[in-house]
Amino acid sequence: MPVQETFYEVMRRHGITRRSFLKFCSLTAAGLGLGPEFAGKLAHALENKPRTPVIWLHGLECTCCTESFIRSGNPLAGDVVLSMISLDYDDTLMAAAGHQAEELLEQTIEKYDGQYILACEGNPPLNEDGMYCIQGGRPYVEKLRHMADHCKAIIAWGSCASWGCVQAARPNPTRATPIHKVILDKPIVKVPGCPPIAEVMTGVITYMIAFDDLPELDRQGRPKMFYSQRLHDKCYRRPHFDAGQFVERFDDEGARRGYCLYKVGCKGPTTYNACSTIEWNGGLSWPVKSGHGCLGCAEDNFWDKGSFYSAVTDFGVLGDVEADADRVGAILAGAAAIGVAAHAAVSVASHLSGSKQGSKENG
Amino acid sequence: MAKTVSANGFDLDDSGQRVVVDPICRIEGHLRIEVNLDEANTIRNAVSTGNMWRGLEVILKGRDPRDAWAFTERICGVCTGVHALVSCRAVEDALGIPIPANANSIRNLMMLAQYTQDHLVHFYHLHALDWVDVTSALQANPRQTSALMQSISNWPKSSPGYFSDVQNKLKRFVESGQLGPFANAYWGSPAYKLPPEANLMAVAHYLEALDFQKEIVKIHTIFGGRNPHPNWLVGGMPCSINVNDTGAVGAVNMVWLNQVSDIINQAIAFVDQVYIPDLKAIAAIYKGWGYGAGLAGKNMLAYGEFPAYANDFSNDSLMLPGGAIINGDLSTVYDVDVRNPEEIQEFVTHSWYDYPGNSDGGLHPWDGVTEPRFELGPNAKGTRTNIEALDEGAKYSWLKAPRWRGNAMEVGPLSRFVIAYARGREDVKELVDSTLRDLDLPLTALFSTLGRTAARGLECTWSAHKMREVFDSMMANIKAGDTATANMEKWEPETWSVDTKGVGIGEAPRGALGHWIHIKDTKLENYQAIVPTTWNASPRDPAGNIGAYEAALLGTPLANAEQPLEILRTIHSFDPCLACASHVMSPDGQELAVVKLR
Repeated sequence: MPVQETFYEVMRRHGITRRSFLKFCSLTAAGLGLGPEFAGKLAHALENKPRTPVIWLHGLECTCCTESFIRSGNPLAGDVVLSMISLDYDDTLMAAAGHQAEELLEQTIEKYDGQYILACEGNPPLNEDGMYCIQGGRPYVEKLRHMADHCKAIIAWGSCASWGCVQAARPNPTRATPIHKVILDKPIVKVPGCPPIAEVMTGVITYMIAFDDLPELDRQGRPKMFYSQRLHDKCYRRPHFDAGQFVERFDDEGARRGYCLYKVGCKGPTTYNACSTIEWNGGLSWPVKSGHGCLGCAEDNFWDKGSFYSAVTDFGVLGDVEADADRVGAILAGAAAIGVAAHAAVSVASHLSGSKQGSKENG
Repeated sequence: MAKTVSANGFDLDDSGQRVVVDPICRIEGHLRIEVNLDEANTIRNAVSTGNMWRGLEVILKGRDPRDAWAFTERICGVCTGVHALVSCRAVEDALGIPIPANANSIRNLMMLAQYTQDHLVHFYHLHALDWVDVTSALQANPRQTSALMQSISNWPKSSPGYFSDVQNKLKRFVESGQLGPFANAYWGSPAYKLPPEANLMAVAHYLEALDFQKEIVKIHTIFGGRNPHPNWLVGGMPCSINVNDTGAVGAVNMVWLNQVSDIINQAIAFVDQVYIPDLKAIAAIYKGWGYGAGLAGKNMLAYGEFPAYANDFSNDSLMLPGGAIINGDLSTVYDVDVRNPEEIQEFVTHSWYDYPGNSDGGLHPWDGVTEPRFELGPNAKGTRTNIEALDEGAKYSWLKAPRWRGNAMEVGPLSRFVIAYARGREDVKELVDSTLRDLDLPLTALFSTLGRTAARGLECTWSAHKMREVFDSMMANIKAGDTATANMEKWEPETWSVDTKGVGIGEAPRGALGHWIHIKDTKLENYQAIVPTTWNASPRDPAGNIGAYEAALLGTPLANAEQPLEILRTIHSFDPCLACASHVMSPDGQELAVVKLR
């Protein structure tokens, strides 16, 4: 591998002072949910590591992941692309086209065999010999396999790459297939969501670059730092759920007071993501805060779990706030469906008292 | 074939060198362009191929119509929200659900914000590098760049020091040898004409726009909970308004309304002080490059968008009117009836689909049939899974060929503006006329690649200012005591007709968008979408009409056949969106899945 500049050297050359650099490190560490002691480690890592090449491929998708990525506020997407990584291929953003673009893939393999990160947005369709997604006259799945053969690790951006997402919803006419079912011999970090939160995307990639390591993953391959807790458990409307104060239908009195959206279909109780804490677009809002239930878009097969407006019934009240996806999954597997009926009863009972309280406030 | 004339009057000659550009980058999705060049490197034949198919409509079959917006929103994450909006309109049309005035205003605000952000990102991040040579910016004098900037705009970031910093940043980036997204492009091509100072100015704004675009979409975040892919609702909008009552902090309140208002002001400032001056500066240099008309000025279509009055999609209500122009006659704008089976039809003779009995006829989307059949024509080169050159005499694209009364049509900002202009809309006329005056160009100059790019910029400023108007009218409505955002009277499926059809139309940033639906026994029986890029990137039809991309490329000389920059310019001027274009499905789609799957 040729000698490369470190991230720190690049920043220095960009006129960033050491003081600003260290501030950046502590902000980044905080953004990743890491303690202040990690800021020093991060700084050390960034001072000593070269910019890592990233190849960003697009299969069947809608490009919402790229759009989300460029919404990142901390760090700014422009800083990630120009200073933190070397984005050597991304057909959505790159200036080159045609064979000049495709040459860059081979150049990357030649120069950085086994060293680059393969970022996958979208997924390959396997029906019709893969020709439901054609790139350079060939099936996308070939390009994916070829680039995966030589990469260091894969990031599966979004629910398409992680699970299959909308084109893989029943009956999946193109046999759109998530990355981990096509590439079996490389480490894969799934960053699900349709799309994932911008700062989660830049947070994951920053972690990988800074620590030269994969983030700790749960059994489904998602970074624990962002996907180990349910939205419901950290939802600011959770007290209304516990008090039985629900939105009964959109734009009713409860909706105008910010009550819980469980009864109009919120999938927060079964969704592992960071929306209720990190929130969206610079921490401004997230679906529940703006009045619509969570669609559960970071969960496997969320398109085929019934209407977005039906209340979820397949979660127990047994997972406590600290329970992560693995533990709850294991508990539910052993004690199927306990608690749903009990929970419903609790909801109704507390809702009754909630209504009374509501009418008093109205008066 | 050698020399022929297309049914819509374009000379075609496929005898010269064939050049293939695949992938076309800096677009949404996967597109292939093939052209034949004559001895002077001028394009004499063009072939546009949609490279992907996802089949979303078959996936929608049997689903709850109230969920359809979420599925169709995922047709496209670049023009996020536009399919969701049109889907809600289709369901509301089928079920007879009028939406409240505030919901109409919020939807307009979200769509206008989408136009503003999408057009801005398109110009700087997907299109500018066709006109701006990044490496030339290294030669610029920052002081002169500053003088140039200050001569065209009062944008505060314009000092010599600022441009010097940007140049140094760029210089060090280039010197690192890791060129990232700027590697292997057509830098240094003689087709680049801007002086170094203009290039440096544009590079600085490429970076500024990348930072700023994320602010505009916060309007979606406030009303829809996030961006990309905000939330919508059949019957209105899911965000309640509560400005002066208990629990206002749990709804759209004064804090958020103020934030929306601020974002609108910032968007107006950025577009008017950065985007528009850049656009005019670039256009002034390239105005001699008048290629790329194709169907522009001949056959143009718009459905219209932004109803000023809730539930009224007549041209009296629409802030941008609909209509069709045929054969270049700007004095007559035809009304378009999207329900008439004779008007909008799709053909598949040159698409990788079959109609029953291999019919060459056209089908209205309410009666659409799609059965994919991937096969290459006898004159294709390569193999089924390694295509070297396509045979446009046979099937060659995953896009169908939509036609209006048999005509291939161009859609998009230019079509919308030309139709609004022809219908005498003063706001649009004023914008267009003053810009042409500044550039000393006639109206016909609009019918070109550059005209398409200019119209998008003008529409961006139009949208930013229109947000202010819509916001103010929404505030007046709230002040008058109306805070409703959703009509839930027909929310429950037992209130619906057993068998009903609907259509939702609108204008995505890229052009005319329609969703046609059939609801039976409370479930989606059929779902069809015809999207802007299907119109523009359309393959040939059985009558021999070529599509808008194909027509626009003809007659364009390439400075260097090895660096087909001019092809990128013209194709990018349409702002292609292939994920949108290539997902069309049928009422019989379920059967297709059985036939083709596993």
